[in-house]
Amino acid sequence: MIRFILIQNRAGKTRLAKWYMQFDDDEKQKLIEEVHAVVTVRDAKHTNFVEFRNFKIIYRRYAGLYFCICVDVSDNNLAYLEAIHNFVEVLNEYFHNVCELDLVFNFYKVYTVVDEMFLAGEIRETSQTKVLKQLLMLQSLE
Amino acid sequence: MALKMVKGSIDRMFDKNLQDLVRGIRNHKEDEAKYISQCIDEIKQELKQDNIAVKANAVCKLTYLQMLGYDISWAAFNIIEVMSASKFTFKRIGYLAASQCFHEGTDVIMLTTNQIRKDLSSPSQYDTGVALTGLSCFVTPDLARDLANDIMTLMSHTKPYIRKKAVLIMYKVFLRCPEALRPAFPRLKEKLEDPDPGVQSAAVNVICELARRNPKNYLSLAPLFFKLMTSSTNNWVLIKIIKLFGALTPLEPRLGKKLIEPLTNLIHSTSAMSLLYECVNTVIAVLISLSSGMPNHSASIQLCVQKLRILIEDSDQNLKYLGLLAMSKILRTHPKSVQAHKDLVLQCLDDKDESIRLRALDLLYGMVSKKNLVEIVRKLMSHVDKAEGTAYRDELLTKIIDICSQCNYQHVTNFQWYVSVLVELTQLEGTRHGHLLAAQMLDVAIRVKAIRKFAVAQMSALLDSAHLGAGGPQRNGICEVLYAAAWICGEFSEHLQEPQQTLEAMLRPKVTTLPGHIQAVYVQNVVKLYACILQQKEQAAEPEAAQDVTQLMVERLPQFVQSADLEVQERASCVLQLAKHIQKLQAKGVPVAEEVSALFAGELNPVAPKAQKKVPVPEGLDLDAWINEPPSDSESEDEKPKAIFHDEEPRHAKPRPPEAEEEELARRREARKQEQANNPFYIKSSPSPQKRYQDMPGVEHIPVVQIDLSVPLKVPGMPVSDQYVKLEEERKHRQRLEKDRRRKKKKDKDQKGRPRRHSMLHTESDEDVAPAQRVDIVTEEMPENALPSDEDDKDPNDPYRALDVDLDKPLADSEKLPVQKHRNAETTKSPEKEDVPVVEKKMKKPRKKEKKHREKERGKKEKGKEEKEGEDLDFWLSTAPLPAEAPAPEEPGVDAVIAAAKEEGEEPRGAGQGDEDGAEDAERNPEQKSSKHKKKKHKKEKEERTKDKKKPKKQQPPAHVQLLPPRRELLH
Repeated sequence: MIRFILIQNRAGKTRLAKWYMQFDDDEKQKLIEEVHAVVTVRDAKHTNFVEFRNFKIIYRRYAGLYFCICVDVSDNNLAYLEAIHNFVEVLNEYFHNVCELDLVFNFYKVYTVVDEMFLAGEIRETSQTKVLKQLLMLQSLE
Repeated sequence: MALKMVKGSIDRMFDKNLQDLVRGIRNHKEDEAKYISQCIDEIKQELKQDNIAVKANAVCKLTYLQMLGYDISWAAFNIIEVMSASKFTFKRIGYLAASQCFHEGTDVIMLTTNQIRKDLSSPSQYDTGVALTGLSCFVTPDLARDLANDIMTLMSHTKPYIRKKAVLIMYKVFLRCPEALRPAFPRLKEKLEDPDPGVQSAAVNVICELARRNPKNYLSLAPLFFKLMTSSTNNWVLIKIIKLFGALTPLEPRLGKKLIEPLTNLIHSTSAMSLLYECVNTVIAVLISLSSGMPNHSASIQLCVQKLRILIEDSDQNLKYLGLLAMSKILRTHPKSVQAHKDLVLQCLDDKDESIRLRALDLLYGMVSKKNLVEIVRKLMSHVDKAEGTAYRDELLTKIIDICSQCNYQHVTNFQWYVSVLVELTQLEGTRHGHLLAAQMLDVAIRVKAIRKFAVAQMSALLDSAHLGAGGPQRNGICEVLYAAAWICGEFSEHLQEPQQTLEAMLRPKVTTLPGHIQAVYVQNVVKLYACILQQKEQAAEPEAAQDVTQLMVERLPQFVQSADLEVQERASCVLQLAKHIQKLQAKGVPVAEEVSALFAGELNPVAPKAQKKVPVPEGLDLDAWINEPPSDSESEDEKPKAIFHDEEPRHAKPRPPEAEEEELARRREARKQEQANNPFYIKSSPSPQKRYQDMPGVEHIPVVQIDLSVPLKVPGMPVSDQYVKLEEERKHRQRLEKDRRRKKKKDKDQKGRPRRHSMLHTESDEDVAPAQRVDIVTEEMPENALPSDEDDKDPNDPYRALDVDLDKPLADSEKLPVQKHRNAETTKSPEKEDVPVVEKKMKKPRKKEKKHREKERGKKEKGKEEKEGEDLDFWLSTAPLPAEAPAPEEPGVDAVIAAAKEEGEEPRGAGQGDEDGAEDAERNPEQKSSKHKKKKHKKEKEERTKDKKKPKKQQPPAHVQLLPPRRELLH
């Protein structure tokens, strides 16, 4: 299952941090820094997987943003790699050509997107159409 | 009132909204901390207002700050206020903040129970949804217990959207409240056959997660999952199911046999790499679970290895990595089939990505044999020279040692070669594994008697070279090998050619620059050498020479007496006095050698690493009891006062009843386990191969010293291990010739062939290589009457043990989930719990009956399964065709599956979720970019599939970077 999802930029600024395990605040910050340290040193020639403590991180870089998912060692790397891409495509669709600023100024919406696609550490919905429909519904409630 | 509202909205106009905050932070790059503390002050003011919109805005800003790493736990109560707002927009903000910052330690969290319950039962599915989502993040054991029943009800909600969420959250509830698992399980099982594919997949997810931890309880679901596997068209779900089967097969080999056919078919047919990879993994698990020697399965192994080779050869680094990873699993049981790809693995050692190189190294570990060890190590040594970056080089070093020392040096035929490799490795620049090398040298010298003479010669050369340790005072990690060198030369001094020379080398003034613990070993072993030399001189009747040696000792030892290290000083003082005393005796012409040697009489034997643990505890000894009164203020977790002592403690105001204490202890222990399990910082104690060395006698206290070595070490006159490669070749050649000759003879002699080594099976196998020296590895000593059990491998900290419960047992009354408003009743644990007869099925509890009834309506098969799960499984596993309830053919070919799927009006495999918009989305399942060559193969199939699709497949942008075009200027 997923332990946490992080979106960071190259400078290490957190753009999203979703935790599916309980940590206290110091631990969260430490994890964020550590993930940034292991992920940013890797270039395109490297795999998208990093072993990380008792887990592993599956990450993908889009422009200046790193999308990282931390999962159990026994989980399927490729499936989560695909899940990241799926997630980014939904963001792209939802924000119409997403860019980092969208994520910053609408950070709570990004969390909603995450919650629509992932829940309790599992992939909840993979259908982009369904997710987008749901997101529009939620938006209309505001 | 109206005035108040107007006032509120005017106030709001001056408040910062989130956008302002974000902009503000960007504009105050220099004094960000100051600006934010200013903002937090403003937020505190806003939180004091009555207007819920203002509060929500403030909480939203706080959530943003929390993400940046600021502490907002002080606002927990305000967050709850916003959570209980009636307007969805605000409620959502509240729940988001809560899910981001609440944890088990948050004390106000218990105030939320009723609010959450209200939201869960709200008529609006969005309120319910947001409450469920939030709950999944901050559920505590208390919340889990109180709300389990409510969530269970939601699992049968009319809206699939809610059902799905409720199902997924159940896993979190089980983790926090294991008692909920048994009552909730029947319904969870029902959800596997939910009409909505999304709910189905959620149930699969949860059960897979549960089953991975305690597979045996879920074995009875195998037929159901098998049916799902052969009917599902959603790759995400398939991956989960196949992974689940991977966990189940080790428990039930018959299941494996059933799986192998559909899985190999999937491997052939799928174009999704993730699915392919999962199938290969599970096939490997199946093959491991099946006893070897099944001829018809060698094809499956070949298929897997073949597919993996394709992955490893792929230019995509990810596939290469995963291929190597899976290959190492095959290696464990079928080394032969992997060894054929040695070339490929060696190639990967040159890869740019370190993680790929490390995987390749792992593989090499299992690929070595007596025959190729020397060659592989030579290859690795050449990589050691090339490797930039000490981390990787150190990894290589440990791998070389691991490879050679595995299974009691099983593959090392020539220990001279191995010792030279170790000595060569001491020339490494700035490694921090000096202690590893030292441990190996000690281990080999102690356990391989035949090598001692050679080892001693090498070690004395090391001591003599004095390059080690010269690099920098005390900071050279490699100087640890001198520890081993000195000990070996001392202990086995009878093998030394020139003991006098070595003695002088060990008494050089330079030695005093070494770390204290090494000097201490020097001093001790100087005496051993000295004793040996005395003996030799006295036997040769050279009293002057003997006196000279004593003189040397008396002259040189004072430099150690002055040492700042206590251990060195103490030993040196003793030895110096001893030498002076001997000097007096020698002056009188008394022979002393016998007595001095007697100091070191007897042989040291290696002790098995686990020996200490295996000593049985003598009767009447309680290891947990305190020997002394525990320090009164020790409240630290690992030294809790035991119940026996608490009344002796003056500080404990009121001695609590012992049961309470026990309970408390158990609770805390449980809490600690939980914490450790959830804590990624807690490195679980997996016995690494290196650990073994640390257990060796006398090495564990060697500290790891920082290395700072600028000059590469080159020891002149040191043997080069390469020379052994040639020697080894020659030796092998000779052996082969001889064997051929013998074989011929044998053939001539007796046609039947003797049942001994040479006549059997292998003509060219590893076992043919006879060791160069007689290797008598002294077995490690175990204490007398050691217990043979190997229980120490089990992990007592497994948090999932609580979830290991028998799911087929009927529910007892006491196990029912607490229903709303019965909070008090449920705390009294009914004593009848134990009395509930397990077997008596007639005594159905009312709830159960109800459920039964419902199930009956759902269909007979469900009921039948529940009643005699065990027999069913046996039946299912033993029969060739599937029983009626799982109509899928036992070994459906791909075409059959597709055809079957079409009949059911569903999208064919790989092409959808089964819902109307699934076609496009499930196309995402295959990793398009990674399987281009595959695609061609399956083009035809694809074309057929695409016909069914409503929308044409969206063109994937070639580079994913394009997905985030820099529309505006990107931050930072």
